[in-house]
Amino acid sequence: MDLHTYSVVAMAIPLLGAAAILAFGRWPNLREGATLLTAAALLAVVSCGIAPLVLVDGFWTGAWEAPAFELIHMVPDLALSFKIEPLGLVYALVASSLWLMNSVYAIGYMRGNKEEHQTRFYLCFAVAMFSVMGIAFASNMFTLFVFYEVLTLSTFPLVSHKGTPHAVRSASTYLGILVFTSVCLLLVGVIATAVVTGGAENGYAGLDFTRGGVFLNYLNEGGDVAKGIVGLLFILYIYGIGKAALMPSHRWLPAAMVAPTPVSAFLHAVAVVKAGVFSVLKITVYIFGTGTLAAISGTDWLIYMAGFTIVVASFIAMFQDNLKRRLAYSTISQLSYIIMAAGLATLGGAVAPIAIMAGGMHIIAHAFGKITLFFAAGSIYTAAHKTDVSQLDGIGRRMPWTMAAFAIASLSMIGVPPTAGFLSKWYLLSGALTSADGGGTLSTVQWYAVVVIFLSTVLNAGYFLPIVHRAFFRPLSADAEAHPHGEAPKPIVLALCCTAVGTVALFFCSDLAVALVEQLQAGFPSSLVNGGF
Amino acid sequence: MIDSIPALMVVLPLMAGVITVFTGKGDKPWAWATAITGIVFAMSIALLAEVTAHGPVTYNFGNWPSQYGIAYTIDAMNGFVLFVVSLIAAVTTYYSRLSVKDEIPNDRLHIFYALWLLTICGLLGITITGDTFNVYVLLEISSLTLYALIAMGYRRDRRALTASLRYVILGSVGASFLLLGIGYLMMITGTLNMVDMHDRLQVLIHNDEYSRTIMVAYAFLLVGLSLKLALFPLHMWLPNAYTYAPSAVTGLVAATATKVAVYMTIRFLFGIFGRDFSFGAVESSDVLLTCAGLGVLYTGIQAARQNNVKSVLAWSSLGQIGYIVIGFSLNNENGLTGSVVHILNHALIKGGMFLALGCVAYRLGGTRLTHLKGLGRKMPWTMAAFTAGGLGLIGFPLTGGFIGKWYIGLGALDAGNWLILVVIMLGSLLAVIYVFRVVYAIYFGEAEPDSVHATEAPASMVVCTWILIGMSLVCGLWSEWSVDLAANAAKAMLAGFGGAH
Amino acid sequence: MNFIEAASDHYNYWIAVIVMMIGLYGVIAKRNIVKQAISLGLFQTGIFLLYISMAVVFTPDGKMGEAPVKHSERLAADVLSVAGPVYDNPLPHVLMLTAIVVSVSILAVALAIIVNIKRCYGTVEEDEILDIEAQGLLDGPDTKSNREKAGALV
Repeated sequence: MDLHTYSVVAMAIPLLGAAAILAFGRWPNLREGATLLTAAALLAVVSCGIAPLVLVDGFWTGAWEAPAFELIHMVPDLALSFKIEPLGLVYALVASSLWLMNSVYAIGYMRGNKEEHQTRFYLCFAVAMFSVMGIAFASNMFTLFVFYEVLTLSTFPLVSHKGTPHAVRSASTYLGILVFTSVCLLLVGVIATAVVTGGAENGYAGLDFTRGGVFLNYLNEGGDVAKGIVGLLFILYIYGIGKAALMPSHRWLPAAMVAPTPVSAFLHAVAVVKAGVFSVLKITVYIFGTGTLAAISGTDWLIYMAGFTIVVASFIAMFQDNLKRRLAYSTISQLSYIIMAAGLATLGGAVAPIAIMAGGMHIIAHAFGKITLFFAAGSIYTAAHKTDVSQLDGIGRRMPWTMAAFAIASLSMIGVPPTAGFLSKWYLLSGALTSADGGGTLSTVQWYAVVVIFLSTVLNAGYFLPIVHRAFFRPLSADAEAHPHGEAPKPIVLALCCTAVGTVALFFCSDLAVALVEQLQAGFPSSLVNGGF
Repeated sequence: MIDSIPALMVVLPLMAGVITVFTGKGDKPWAWATAITGIVFAMSIALLAEVTAHGPVTYNFGNWPSQYGIAYTIDAMNGFVLFVVSLIAAVTTYYSRLSVKDEIPNDRLHIFYALWLLTICGLLGITITGDTFNVYVLLEISSLTLYALIAMGYRRDRRALTASLRYVILGSVGASFLLLGIGYLMMITGTLNMVDMHDRLQVLIHNDEYSRTIMVAYAFLLVGLSLKLALFPLHMWLPNAYTYAPSAVTGLVAATATKVAVYMTIRFLFGIFGRDFSFGAVESSDVLLTCAGLGVLYTGIQAARQNNVKSVLAWSSLGQIGYIVIGFSLNNENGLTGSVVHILNHALIKGGMFLALGCVAYRLGGTRLTHLKGLGRKMPWTMAAFTAGGLGLIGFPLTGGFIGKWYIGLGALDAGNWLILVVIMLGSLLAVIYVFRVVYAIYFGEAEPDSVHATEAPASMVVCTWILIGMSLVCGLWSEWSVDLAANAAKAMLAGFGGAH
Repeated sequence: MNFIEAASDHYNYWIAVIVMMIGLYGVIAKRNIVKQAISLGLFQTGIFLLYISMAVVFTPDGKMGEAPVKHSERLAADVLSVAGPVYDNPLPHVLMLTAIVVSVSILAVALAIIVNIKRCYGTVEEDEILDIEAQGLLDGPDTKSNREKAGALV
């Protein structure tokens, strides 16, 4: 089978799973069986089917040039087509492996809390996963946009799951911000890209993700675009991707915390938010091309804005008493690391490959760490019905597994070895400390990035470690003494231990992850690194 | 044979409409109307194929040369609109059997279907004819019968009467303006034939003669047409007329009447005055874009405030007409292509959605938001069609609604007009709000006591609804054919008179 | 040519325009729907006058053309000859015949609707109708009993 055809297989599996979940809606055990089986099958296809082809066979020997798998061709520039490339593979691998964990966890959580509308819950989850695969393997901007929107729509019922007025209002905020940004900014950017880069009708790349960047190729072929337009489009894209939660469009993420914890854990720490930053990376590399962005030299604002978001969101997180809200603001802060990586990549030259690798690595590291933290929060809610940090005194003694996992994941967030978070921070720092022109001098904005990284490490420690301290070293409160409880249900504990182990394992067995992100370097053929204008 | 189809397409429903009165009671008038509209639809396909393959088809009544007699000319543009109108007519007619029986007294069915066929006859005629006065006459045939059809909704809600009367007054004023404009043009060109008029007007415009008369004619025509196509702020007649008309009538009218008016506008602006005059000498682009742009925003907000879902869709129609007007006002190929393809897609989507509401009205007796609450489980197919149509209204990618907006958006950037692109997007956002409000009620609302025992609508109604919605989805996914047809039409119109020479 | 002369030369157009404007004013300003319908007819009559005016054809020496009727004492050849009598243009007349039929039909439909409005609302004054509609009729679900309350003919 052709490599790119696998992408459609990977998308078909969750869709079939969704059909099975709907069919087995009346038999909970069968239904959950279908979910688990689907998740396992998807992981098998992505990790055993697609990943080895990319890693072992050496992806860049021609696969990029092979035509994408075109599902539907509508009109010039508009086609649903799919292609497997390393960045998408990183995202797909992270999402599919954590979906399996999350499915195990969700079964424990939903049953433990006796939630209603469980069929709808699992159904929407499968559809969301379908769109995640679509985003990961999209080979043009239009396809990416389509699945980006499907993901938004399919997660709405999950966020408003409780059905209370508060939940519906929060879900409306969620939907409102994501749809507003994507329609009014992103879609405008997409249409404009099709117009200013010549369009597929005239033999240009149009909206297809292109090695080196659509803009760069267009400029190299003699096209002409004003620098101001490129800068404007870049702003439209970055803020159009509301899922990346760059301030000030971050409000939807805390609002989404009203959802059941498996949703927050998987979608709002992994799938949805990573779809955002993944799209930012992909657009930076394959639509604009880091060379073009370096040449217009008007993208420093992105690094400043990302740095601002990192620091401010961390500060806000410090003052949140609700555990999930604290995690949400932490997510906002961590996502901006990846945006900052994209921003550093726009400096071009030698920085670009390292920065993109840092971005890819942080997608992996943050996903494993943050999902563990959310799992822990849900575990506490299920076992002890506690939602606030201030209620967690001494809980580590009653829920040792949960809180141990929480501590490990916290370390990963801070970036302490031996956890995955250390690796990505390392890459990011080396990106920030690499000179773009090879002459050994660093620009102001790079020094700014270095300062932000160190400052945020301190802040991360400031809002995570007190929780760990409370859990293990403070005595139980009188109220907690009166309501004894033990660990959460077994599926929950199993899932969160697995992800915590994963966080550590990624550090020790980093070869695979590093090999994967190193493939990203090939997105920057040396002939296309600079130039254009 | 193919040469006489243009005439037959008007004469057949005209005659058949009169005969309907004598067809008797029960299902007979419906069966007769269904057969006629089916034949007309088949004819339109044949014509469209012929026009696409071999260029324009002309029929001269009484074999008079076209300057003296009435000539019917089909080119890429009206061939396409004809296809849309007759498709919608055929589907809605088949659909109407149960719905009309439910809403119209059984002793009036033959009258109803007579009016119904005459409306279709008028709409087809406006599209086919190449004679400006004929446009006026056929416009009045379709309008007069339509007024009566809308008023027939008064047995369910008496506001149908006031809505219909308002439509009578404003519609007639619009048509009279049209008549005045045509009169002025006839004064200076001495002809009524469109092609002839175009040629003579170009000479006059070129020589700068009678420029004030031409301007006055243009103004009257533009205002009259804007009234007919319900361009903001001349839209007041439309929302109530659509809301209180019988369900099947709303389905037919919403999908065709304003589309035909849009076609007339394009024909007059591009085909008769020529784009150099309409968008060069007069600069109507700014006026039209401003009206349409404000209209998109205003009607979107209004749609989100309605409690009757038919009203929601009626207001939404106004916004969608705004997009179509924006498209051709941009005066470039992408924009015009977008307009024309959106005529098709919006007709399918809005027609299908109104038919879905017709199913609801058939089962529950009303279409308020409270009626639709919790219907997602009780009428899954109907509601799925409604939801799919709603996505099309928003312009969700992969639906028909997206294609039109995409091309209009390309046209906006081709014209360098970023502002109007943002307006289009804000309009889509408002569409998200008003569609989502209804869809949320359908799938997440608790059913009212009145609708607890509702069941799925009869198969014939659901199938018709799905034919339209399904076609809109097909047009969204495999859009090359419809876009090609639209692009041909746009090229023909941009070239002056649609290649009728 | 001064203004008075220009105005008096085109008195027929003035009449057409005045009639039209009276009609249009009535349509817009009158709050009685019967008067609106009648005004609409008046407006259209003004248009007919305009069309009829344009049918007039002047001979080179400034006289008006004749009615296009074939007189028996004249030969057909005479009609076609350049020097023959000048006829008025019959086409606008024919068009207006159609338009008059249309206009009458519109009035008929409008009045038919008005009769029903009177029956359902008990009034033909637009303000009162709007009042009745604004008084929250059909509030609540659209059930049969509510419809009866609202006064619709069920």
